[in-house]
Amino acid sequence: MLADQDRIFTNLYGLHSPGLEAAKKRGAWDGTKFLLEMGRDWIIEEMKASGLRGRGGAGFPTGLKWSFMPKKSDGRPHYLVVNADESEPGTCKDREIMRHDPHLLIEGCMLASFAMNAHACYIYIRGEYVAEKHALQRAVDEAYEAKLVGQDNVHGYPFDIYVHHGAGAYICGEETALLESLEGKKGMPRLKPPFPANMGLYGCPTTVNNVESIAVAGTILRRGGAWFAGLGGKNNTGTKLFCVSGHVNKPGNVEEELGITFRELIDKHCGGMRGGWDNLLCSIPGGSSVPLVPAEQIIDAKMDFDTLRNLGSGLGTAAVIVLDRSTDIVSAIARIAYFYKHESCGQCTPCREGTGWMWRVMLRMAEGRAQRREIDMLLDVTKQIEGHTICALGDAAAWPIQGLIRHFRPEIEKRIDRYSANPHSDPVPMAAE
Amino acid sequence: MANRRLAPAAEQPDSFAFSPENAEWAKGQIAKYPEGRQASAVIPLLWKAQEQNGGWLPQQAIEAVADELGMPHIRVLEVATFYTMFALEPVGRFWIQLCGTVPCDSCGARELKDMLQARLGPPGHVSPDGNFSWLEVECLGACCNAPMAQINQDYYEDLTPESLGKLMDDLAAGRPVKTGSQVGRTSSEPQDAVHTLQDATLFDGSRVGAWRKRFEQTDAEADGAGRDEAASSEQRAAVDPKPARPEAGRAVESPATDAPAQRAAEGQAPVKAEDRADAADRTQSTAAHGETRPAATPAQTVAAGEAASAEAGAQSALRRDETPPQPAASGASEAEVAAEAEESRIEEKLASLPKDASPEQRADAVGTRPAALAAARAGAPDALTRIKGIGPGNERRLHDLGTYHFDQIAAWTRAEVAWVGTYLAFPGRIDREDWVGQAKALGGAGAPGRSAQ
Repeated sequence: MLADQDRIFTNLYGLHSPGLEAAKKRGAWDGTKFLLEMGRDWIIEEMKASGLRGRGGAGFPTGLKWSFMPKKSDGRPHYLVVNADESEPGTCKDREIMRHDPHLLIEGCMLASFAMNAHACYIYIRGEYVAEKHALQRAVDEAYEAKLVGQDNVHGYPFDIYVHHGAGAYICGEETALLESLEGKKGMPRLKPPFPANMGLYGCPTTVNNVESIAVAGTILRRGGAWFAGLGGKNNTGTKLFCVSGHVNKPGNVEEELGITFRELIDKHCGGMRGGWDNLLCSIPGGSSVPLVPAEQIIDAKMDFDTLRNLGSGLGTAAVIVLDRSTDIVSAIARIAYFYKHESCGQCTPCREGTGWMWRVMLRMAEGRAQRREIDMLLDVTKQIEGHTICALGDAAAWPIQGLIRHFRPEIEKRIDRYSANPHSDPVPMAAE
Repeated sequence: MANRRLAPAAEQPDSFAFSPENAEWAKGQIAKYPEGRQASAVIPLLWKAQEQNGGWLPQQAIEAVADELGMPHIRVLEVATFYTMFALEPVGRFWIQLCGTVPCDSCGARELKDMLQARLGPPGHVSPDGNFSWLEVECLGACCNAPMAQINQDYYEDLTPESLGKLMDDLAAGRPVKTGSQVGRTSSEPQDAVHTLQDATLFDGSRVGAWRKRFEQTDAEADGAGRDEAASSEQRAAVDPKPARPEAGRAVESPATDAPAQRAAEGQAPVKAEDRADAADRTQSTAAHGETRPAATPAQTVAAGEAASAEAGAQSALRRDETPPQPAASGASEAEVAAEAEESRIEEKLASLPKDASPEQRADAVGTRPAALAAARAGAPDALTRIKGIGPGNERRLHDLGTYHFDQIAAWTRAEVAWVGTYLAFPGRIDREDWVGQAKALGGAGAPGRSAQ
């Protein structure tokens, strides 16, 4: 188990005050000026040395992302945009940061903005998080009042921070859709290139980072990239907030080292598996977008980017959804298919039409009202969607179904056989609807 | 996509205008954004309009917001119909949005849905008393507290059909209700089982400033090579891992079984390490290496990160990683594979040495020391720092080893690479950064002794 003194989010559970005074006692805003005086390059190098990989799902190295910003301004302002549109099913970590440890986030915004020569930062928070929006705004106001941020602040680097909120669209978690939304448009992803580092918000160089990636920056810089790199494993360094939900005895959020095993995570922090370990059916280890991993493979797996990728899944946002043997796995994946059908922005045809098509076929398969050959047809359609859309939502919609077919094809076939073995008055329809 | 339409004309109000205080508030929102970018405020303004209009958004309000922001009506209509939190038809006094996505679904949201269906009828209709309407929505981001629902602006978590029913009774009767968890949790902690964050020193301020020691130590070293090199902290991590990690009590981590997950974790699944090393051995490869080194391996791109010219290429090569990871093959590059294989081989050998072995002893155990020159030829050493990965500190240490010229590095054998890598305390990095290839490209191959400058 990670030692308490190596935890970054010390008020994760809101057992202490989120206010500025208490946050300072927990170590926020401690020597920020000193860190800024170490210089832009030092900050970026230290972040690179920490090996921090973006916490929003894709795992892109944060320090590297920061270094993509132009070194010299060409007259356009630079922006930092923090992606707090936390909507990946299973994920509820940024919410805790924003309502319980907001000052770590605000300080991280200042440090990151400084490293990227940005004087303004927008935090895009999802519309449903009303209480969190107010909590974060309160913390921002406190920081302004204490002159920690603002045009004339004690750190000598003019910096403004704004809280912006959305209105309920999963797709706005995609960085370019988020920028569109922030500009007051429908949240439809942009084609890349140009990348946001060259043409982002209002056509200016912009970096979009996840809340957790930014909020850990202050602590990493204080304690050193080497400290962070010493936690976890090679290429999978540091600590991570895990959101464990589903069929465990005590679901909850916890900060742990990357590379903790699934079994240890559940046993140590979540009161063990509901009904014992034999009752585990499978887990979706990184939010609903990643393929599921069956029990025998996940149970002793290390929870990190590379291990889960080698298992044909991914760490994603570390939203660990645990499903036991009482789960109707086919209809659970059908529910995920509905989610993507609902959240497709409608821009690219394969995704707009394909997500609905996949959902309807999945619904029939959950009942068994299908034919065996339709399983391969469904798999083929997922491959037609994957990689043929502007953003990754098409991929994200395809993968859960691919994972289901990879690991639970016999279950689908069993249902189809059982359904067709019994007399039904309605004809069995074909997949093309 | 969600199918969303404006309410029928009969339900639309005749007019809409912001109340004076809301109009004032709107000005404050618009001021958040740069001059001429007031369209950014469209979502907050629509939100306020919806709030003022009893929880739903009529066409007049959409048009009023458009006029306020100087946007065409259709642009605002697009926004209002795109985002699902804008209710386009009248809602009940208490607007229940029940999360039905998988984590909630698997923890009992279906029972809640049945209960709401039985009590209020189909979703999207206001109950006869005007108090309630409900809708199943997608993930609300409180999955550790599943199942949950949002009623107006507040989250109610850890629900059962009974507690939701009681909540609705209390709301309808105007009794105070508790927001958040309905089973006594503070937030998303494991209920009654918080084993972390117990250390009182985290909260009393006694740890504030403790980190500054790190910088005092670094200053005291006065090494010169310390801070101007990105790798210095990596090296420190290798020699002196700082985190406090308990030695005992990690029983589940012991490699007891040969589970698929462990094989995957160790990257053994597709190819054995020794086979990979063979494949990566340049002398056995049929591919032409010469002057073209593979330009886009991740490690090299990292090294080239600062170079502005490489920026576009680096991004397009790496942004593929931005999508969630591909389920299929792992795309480790040749250099990466070689580096990994070498690292594991070296780690094995080093494990048998005593802890206090000197760098030379450690290096001798894994490779051969490259031949040394007594001094730079013609008194003019090459600028080794031109090789990415070699900073002033490493250059100095290479000089101490009698290595002054690119052609010396270009001629290193595998054993010599291993020796130098171990001596400099970063085995594998020379392969990752391809020092040998870089040295060849910098003129070390064909023209021995040619000075770079």
